[in-house]
Amino acid sequence: MEILIPNKEQSGCGLSGVINRKGELIKGEVIIESICCQMERGNGLGAGYAAYGIYPEFADYYCLHVMADNKQALKEVEEILAHKCYLVHQERIPTRATPGISSPPRFRRYFVKPRYEGEIREICEGTADEDDYMVDLVMLINKNVAGAYVISSGRNMGAFKGVGFPDQIANFFRLEEYSAYIWTAHNRFPTNTPGWWGGAHPFTILDWSIVHNGEISSYGTNRRYLEMFGYHCTLLTDTEVVAYLLDLLIRRHGLPIELACMALAPPFWQEIDRMEEPEKSVCTAIRAVYGAAMLNGPFAILFAYNGGLVGLNDRVKLRPLVAAKKGDFYYMASEEAAIRAICPDPEEVWCPKAGEPVIVELEPDTIPNQRSYLRGEGVQVSAPICRFPTAVEEDEEED
Amino acid sequence: MNPQKEKAKTSTPRKKKKIQFSKFYPDFLIERDWDRCIKCKICIRECTYEAHGWDQKRETLTEDHSKCVGCHRCEAMCPTGAITIRKHPSAFREHDTWKPWFIKNVYKQADTGGVLLAATGCAVPFRNYWDHLVLDACQVTNPPIDPLREPMELRTYLGPKPDKLEVVPEDGRFQLQTRIGPWIKLEVPIMFAAMSYGAISLHVHQGLARAAKELGTLYNTGEGGLHASLYEYGSNTIVQCASGRFGLHVDYLNAGVAIEIKIGQGAKPGIGGHLPGEKVTEEISKTRMIPVGSDAISPAPHHDIYSIEDLRGLIYALKEATEYKKLVFVKIAAVHNAPAIASGIVRAGADVVVLDGLRGGTGAAPTMFRDYVGIPIELALAAVDERLRQEGIRNQASLVVSGGIRCSADVVKAIALGADAVYIGTPALIAVGCTMCGRCFTGKCPWGIATNNPELIKRLDPETAFEKIYNLVHGWAHEIQELLGAMGLNSIESLRGNRDKLRAVGLNEVELRILGVKHAGE
Ligand code: SF4
Ligand code: SF4
Repeated sequence: MEILIPNKEQSGCGLSGVINRKGELIKGEVIIESICCQMERGNGLGAGYAAYGIYPEFADYYCLHVMADNKQALKEVEEILAHKCYLVHQERIPTRATPGISSPPRFRRYFVKPRYEGEIREICEGTADEDDYMVDLVMLINKNVAGAYVISSGRNMGAFKGVGFPDQIANFFRLEEYSAYIWTAHNRFPTNTPGWWGGAHPFTILDWSIVHNGEISSYGTNRRYLEMFGYHCTLLTDTEVVAYLLDLLIRRHGLPIELACMALAPPFWQEIDRMEEPEKSVCTAIRAVYGAAMLNGPFAILFAYNGGLVGLNDRVKLRPLVAAKKGDFYYMASEEAAIRAICPDPEEVWCPKAGEPVIVELEPDTIPNQRSYLRGEGVQVSAPICRFPTAVEEDEEED
Repeated sequence: MNPQKEKAKTSTPRKKKKIQFSKFYPDFLIERDWDRCIKCKICIRECTYEAHGWDQKRETLTEDHSKCVGCHRCEAMCPTGAITIRKHPSAFREHDTWKPWFIKNVYKQADTGGVLLAATGCAVPFRNYWDHLVLDACQVTNPPIDPLREPMELRTYLGPKPDKLEVVPEDGRFQLQTRIGPWIKLEVPIMFAAMSYGAISLHVHQGLARAAKELGTLYNTGEGGLHASLYEYGSNTIVQCASGRFGLHVDYLNAGVAIEIKIGQGAKPGIGGHLPGEKVTEEISKTRMIPVGSDAISPAPHHDIYSIEDLRGLIYALKEATEYKKLVFVKIAAVHNAPAIASGIVRAGADVVVLDGLRGGTGAAPTMFRDYVGIPIELALAAVDERLRQEGIRNQASLVVSGGIRCSADVVKAIALGADAVYIGTPALIAVGCTMCGRCFTGKCPWGIATNNPELIKRLDPETAFEKIYNLVHGWAHEIQELLGAMGLNSIESLRGNRDKLRAVGLNEVELRILGVKHAGE
């Protein structure tokens, strides 16, 4: 008998992210330089990048980045895809031999659309349900195909990750050849899992991508909560739960991103008790209903989607996170040095407070299939936050 | 033969005094140190079982070991420390099957022809799973949190939670669209289990009620109704509706914040309750709405609940009667099929499911029931929590467990297995002096706890009861905060159902699977 309780890994890490609010493309070198400036925060056992806006020619298709240990696993994935999707294009993800990286897994990308069977075809095709369909598909592959993992599954975006230092991984995936309007990057310092390509960050589901520095002590609670909604944590790491929680809270439950961030890193009861209505009831309800979604433990995360980049710290700020702005560029990183390496003269630099999200969305209608999850206009949720409502140009608030 | 109807043979009066085997072999030995004894006779007054006596002729104290129940009252009260109560050293020939316990029980029943009665909870050494579970702590990769410096939150909301929340931005602020509540706020996830006024004294009830109020938690009236002096603690009260329906009227139902339908109790699943007429005094009679001196017998089933739909009927009848302002708890004994039953209860509309395990305490239960009916709460809890999650209805009701929780680590483990909160009964009684003598049903509790004798209840005043109970839970709450902090958590909801924080030591694979925990070392 086997008792299946995934072991989570523990790690400390470096993060970096950049976004241009006008959707201007940023070269891969920029993010590489920034993350490599934080080399000491990793130990060569994992690095990764997420890039948004890199597949404009297939912008309407979900792009599955698939990592496989062998041909057989890939074949099985392709069988599932042939059965469940319309496939417009597939190719090897270009890589190059890189010193220090030995026996990497295979990487392929597939540009697909869901293929509905039978009667529901007319109803579901082209609707928001496609996202649910893709989530199920990713879960199916990750759970059932031994040796193959979907490492990203969003439209017009992709994740590139593996075992190595960030410069090696960037070189391996030829990232200098891509340009994106959002980049996030991660340099990993795992402490108890052997290097495994699937275990590197970012973690993704649909177009959500997460890079994370920290340990989620509430992992067991979060994982079991997500299981109730059909998410299965298969990648043996606590960061995965963040991706699924965001998908559940923001996309499926339709919570405004501000409140989803609050659910992940909520204010303390003593603060809530001092609040006025209606904030007080909103916060109380968020904590009572989404208590199992709270991320407890030290963390700084950057998460991105087709339309925005968000930085968030745990509720007592046990891990570093710095943000900066220059013109339409916004930067977030573990260390200020990583920002100054690529933006020597920012207009503003600040340290977001504990539990205070920094939400930067693209200006409206900048890219195809753009998503916007900001709902409140200049609303103070729990603490002062920096965010950009899509309706009001440059209406910025910060502490 | 129907034992209920047939009279036992000894009850027909006979001239010759019958031999009583059970009296020959006392459980305890009263040892008096004659060098210390000053013959003050306090022990005689203190002992409610008349184990101490006075020999007028010889001007000396006597003791009847066979009457001693091991309550230690005399030992505690003796001004010179002259008394020691020991397990009686007299031994039977060693026999692994026929232990003295069984031999003596046979004597007792042969003497009386009755049902063996006991109190407290299951005394059989079935595996105690709490003692096979250990907790995690942070080292290096994750900093422990110091509750003396950082907030450490134990607040818990009981009641059904919607799957999701809807909000709308209005005038730049978010407004809740989803209707929520009623919920009950607990500042500490430890409540006081149902112990009726009648089974325990009014003073203990007053102490529990005040402690619940000061601690920000709830106490439970049990099925004995609510004494007039306790209505002021309404916001910290759960009123119980058991099969006897004693003291139940609409003001009572509306007096608390929740109503608990008691289907069963861990100490005696499948049977009702019995408060002997001796305990039914004037005050009790008023509160329970029964005549003085009459036995208060709660039937085994609720006579209006013969199926799950009937339960639904009662749940909604109570909700209607209280205008949907109160939460309805449904308490069952943990039995074999607990997961399916719990699922039915949630679907029947209960807001909170209470599971009471094999080791749950009582003031009176047939020994066979106390010891051999029901299952350990640890396993029941793990199975019920998992089942409700699989069915996607875990958020529709809160889960409260009781029965055998002895310390704050047990509370932490219960929450990690999936409970929202726990009930404690026995620890609260021990806090006010109970020595677990297990003779509550006699109405002679020498510590003034499980009695209504006006003289005896003076031995425990409400103020002391309050202080002791308050201190106990206060101490536990602090320990829970320390344990949480060591695990790197600063809020109890991140522990709830977090079985990763548990490891088992010395359990087999079936047990591990049911508990959903890994073995230590994995
Ligand atoms: S209470 Fe102690 S000192 Fe007093 S009579 Fe009893 S044994 Fe002796
Ligand atoms: S409450 Fe009283 S009678 Fe019951 S076990 Fe405790 S000390 Fe004994």
